Amino acid sequence: MAAAIAADPRTFHSLPGYHGGYVALWCTLPALLLLGLWQLFEPMWLRSHVLGSLPEALRLLPDDQLGLIYNDIRNLVEGNVVSSEPGTDMLAAAERYSALRDLSRNLASAAVLVLGIAALGWAFNRVRADFRARNRVEHAIEYLLVAASSVAILTTIGIFLSVLFEALRFFQQVSPLDFLFGLSWSPQTAIRPDQVGSSGAFGAVPLFAGTLLISGLAMLVAVPVGLMSAIYLSEYASRRFRAYAKPLLEILAGIPTVVYGYFAALTVGPILRAFGETVGLDVASESALGAGLVMGIMIIPFVSSLSDDVITAVPQALRDGSYGLGATRSETIRHVVLPAALPGIVGAVLLAVSRAIGETMIVVMAAGLSANLTANPFAAVTTVTVQVVTLLIGDQEFDSPKTLAAFALGLVLFLVTLALNVVALRVVRRYREQYE
Amino acid sequence: MSSQPGRSVKEAVAQGIGRRYRNERIFKALGLAALLIGLGFLAFFFYTLIANGYTAFRQTRFLLDVELKADVIDPRSSRDPVTLATADYQSLVRDALRARFPDVTSRGELRSLFALVSPGAGLDLRALVAREPNAIGGTRALWLVADDDVDVMVKGHVRRDVPEIDRRLDDQQVGWLTELEEQSRVALKFNRYFFVGGDSRDPELAGIWSATVGSFFMLLVTLGLSFPLGVATAIYLEEFAPRNRWTDLVEVNINNLAAVPSIVFGLLGLALFINIFGLPRSAPLVGGLVLSLMTLPVIIIASRAALTAVPPSIREAALGLGASKMQMVLHHVLPLAMPGMLTGTIIGMARALGESAPLLMIGMVAFIVDVPESPLSPATALPVQVYLWADSPERAFVERTSAAIVVLLLFLLVMNAAAILLRKRFEQRY
Repeated sequence: MAAAIAADPRTFHSLPGYHGGYVALWCTLPALLLLGLWQLFEPMWLRSHVLGSLPEALRLLPDDQLGLIYNDIRNLVEGNVVSSEPGTDMLAAAERYSALRDLSRNLASAAVLVLGIAALGWAFNRVRADFRARNRVEHAIEYLLVAASSVAILTTIGIFLSVLFEALRFFQQVSPLDFLFGLSWSPQTAIRPDQVGSSGAFGAVPLFAGTLLISGLAMLVAVPVGLMSAIYLSEYASRRFRAYAKPLLEILAGIPTVVYGYFAALTVGPILRAFGETVGLDVASESALGAGLVMGIMIIPFVSSLSDDVITAVPQALRDGSYGLGATRSETIRHVVLPAALPGIVGAVLLAVSRAIGETMIVVMAAGLSANLTANPFAAVTTVTVQVVTLLIGDQEFDSPKTLAAFALGLVLFLVTLALNVVALRVVRRYREQYE
Repeated sequence: MSSQPGRSVKEAVAQGIGRRYRNERIFKALGLAALLIGLGFLAFFFYTLIANGYTAFRQTRFLLDVELKADVIDPRSSRDPVTLATADYQSLVRDALRARFPDVTSRGELRSLFALVSPGAGLDLRALVAREPNAIGGTRALWLVADDDVDVMVKGHVRRDVPEIDRRLDDQQVGWLTELEEQSRVALKFNRYFFVGGDSRDPELAGIWSATVGSFFMLLVTLGLSFPLGVATAIYLEEFAPRNRWTDLVEVNINNLAAVPSIVFGLLGLALFINIFGLPRSAPLVGGLVLSLMTLPVIIIASRAALTAVPPSIREAALGLGASKMQMVLHHVLPLAMPGMLTGTIIGMARALGESAPLLMIGMVAFIVDVPESPLSPATALPVQVYLWADSPERAFVERTSAAIVVLLLFLLVMNAAAILLRKRFEQRY
C-alpha cells in the first residue's frame, strides 16, 4: 500500500522540500540548543571545579578576591599579563583549568555531533508519503517568528532590569532621597580614605536643572521654528516648493548628533562668546545657550514633520467652513486648524522634549562638566547624559558608587522618557482616531 | 447685531480689512522665515564643514634628497625583511635635513630642525625599501611628510606674523621653512594617511581607515541580526498574530523602543553584554549588538508598512490556489514587500552608522592605531573618531575632524540615495 502511494508523487502530502526541511530542522535545532546550554553552563562548571581544587587557604578567601584569583588563572592560560607572580598553586590550577576546558570542549563536540546524528536519523525515518511534513515545518517557522517578535519585549525588560539592578546597588550606598533631592553633585570618590575631597556628593538636582535648562532652550528654538515651518509647508507652500523644501529640512534629522556636537563646540560656542564680549555679557565657552541652540536646530525637523502630519490630518471641511465665514487664511489657521490639531501638536512636542532630554553627543561636546545650579543660559551647566558618559568612560571599578551612579541616572532618564513617550503616543493616537 | 450705532457691519469689516490682510502677510512671512532659518542653518552647516575640512585632503610635504645608506639600513647586506623593517630610517631623514642645512650644528638647533619633519617620514622610507630593496645604497629625491605644525602654517591656518610666543614654530624654524619654500621644496600633496591610516597622536599621520573598518564590522553585525529579526517580527505581527494583549504589548514596546534615548541602550550593552556575558570591551561585536537593538524598531516599523502595502487580492489569490498561509506569506507577500523592507533597513543602517553615544559606554572610545581584523578586536567607529578628534587640542585636528565628518556624511548620503533609488525603482502602485 505505502509503496503504491510512494510511486505517485501527486499523492504526497507534502512537497519533497518540506521533508528535507523537516529533517534539517531536527538535525540542527536540538544540537544548537545543546551547544547553547553548554556554552552557558561551562564557565560555572569550570569555575567551581578549578576553585574547588585550590588549597584550603585560598579557597576560604572572600568572594571578590577569589574572583581575582580566578581571573589570574584564566589569564595564565590565555597567556595574558597576570597581576602577580604566579605561585605553584596557581600554575597547578591553571594546568587543571586548561585540562578541564579541553575536556569540556571535546565532550561538547561529541555530544552535539551525536545528538545531531541521532535526531537526523529519527527524523529521516519518519519520511513517508503521508507524513504531514509541511504542517510541522510551518509550525516550526511560526514559533521562530514568535520568538523573533519577543526580542523587542526582551530588550525593554533587559534595559529596565539591567539599569534597575545597578541602580539598586547604588541606592544601597546612597539614599534615593539624597540622590533625587540633593543640591550638590561631585561624584569624585576617594581611592584612599584620607584623600582630599573624598566626600562624594550625589545630589542630582543640578543635573536635572541643567538638563531642563538646555532642553528648554532647545524647545524655544525648535517649537516655534518647527511649527511655523510645518504651517507654511502644509498651508501656504506650492506643491513644487514643498517637494524640495521638505526633504531638505529633513536632512537636518539625518545628520549624526556627533556632527552637531562638533558644530556646537567649535563654531557656535566661539561665535556666542565673541558676541557676548561685544555686548558686554559674560558668556561661558561651554554655555547652555550654545548647546541648547544647536539641539533646537536638530529637533526642528522632528517637530515640523510630526506637526505637518497632524495639520494635514485636519479635515478640509473645517477650513472651508472658516473661509466661508470670511476668515483669512492666517485667521483660519490660528483659530480653526491649530486648535483642532492641538492634541497632536502637544504629542509631537512631548516626543521632541523626550528626544532633547535623552540627547547625548551635543551636550557631551558642547556643555560643561561642572554641576552648577543656575538658570542663567550663558553659564555652563551639565546634564544627566553628560554625567552618565563621563562617569562611565575609561576603566573604573564596577562597584564604586561613582560608576553605579551612572546607572541610577540612566534609570531616571529611562523612566522619564518612557513616561513622556507613552503619554505622547497616547495623545497622538487618540487625536487621530477623532477624524477617521 | 451688536455693532455700534451709525456703523453697519459692512463698514466695520471694511475698516478692519487692511489690518487683517497685513496680519495675513506677516503670518505668512513668519512661516517662510522659520523655514528659511532651518534651511539657512543647513547651508551654513555644510559651508563651514566643507570650508574647514577640504584642506585636510592635502598635506604638506618636503622634497628632500635622501641617501638610503646601506650601512644604516642593511649593514650585513642580508636583505632580511626583519633587518629592513627594524632599521633606523628616521636617521636617514635627519641626515638629509642636515645636508640641506649644513650650517645648523648645535644640538638644540638640530632638534628643532628635525621637528619640521614628521616621524611618519621614516615609515614612508621603510615602505619604499620594502617595495624596492634595490634602492638601498642610492640617493632618492623624495617628498616627505612635514610635521603638523608646519602643515597648518603652510596652509595658512596659523599666520607667520603673529608673535613667536603664540605659535608652535619658532622664528628659526619658520626661517628654514621659508628657505625650503624659496627652493620650491615645499608642496601640498594628496593626504594618503588620512584614508589609509589609523588614529595617531601625530595629526599628520592620523587617518580614518581603522575607524571605517570598525564601523563596517559593526554594521555587519547589526545588519545580520536586526534584518532577519525585524522582518520576522513584522511578518508575525502583520500576518499571523492574533489581536490580543500580547500583541498589543509587543506593539507598544516597539514604539517605545524607537524613542528610548540611545545612551540607555549603551547602559544595557555595558551591563548585559560586557558585565554579564563577558564579551570583550571595545569590540565591534558588542557595538553591533547594541546598535541592532536600536535599529530593530526602525526596521520593524518599515517592514510592517511594506507588508500592509501589499494588497489583499494577492493574498486571496494565493490562498485560492491552495497555498497554505505560510506559503502565501513566504512565496507571494514577502517578495512583494521586500523592496520596502530593504529601504527601511538601509535607513536604519544609516542611522546606526551615525550613532555614537551608546558606543562611548561600551568602551569604543579607545585610541585605535591598528586596523581591526575581526569583530572581536578592539576598534572604534567613524562618529566616535570624530568625537575623539574634536576633543584633541592640536590645530591640525580641526580640519581632520571636519574632513572625517564630510566622509561620514558622504557615506550617509550614499546609503540614503540607495534607499531612495530602491524605493523609486521597485515602488508598485496596486
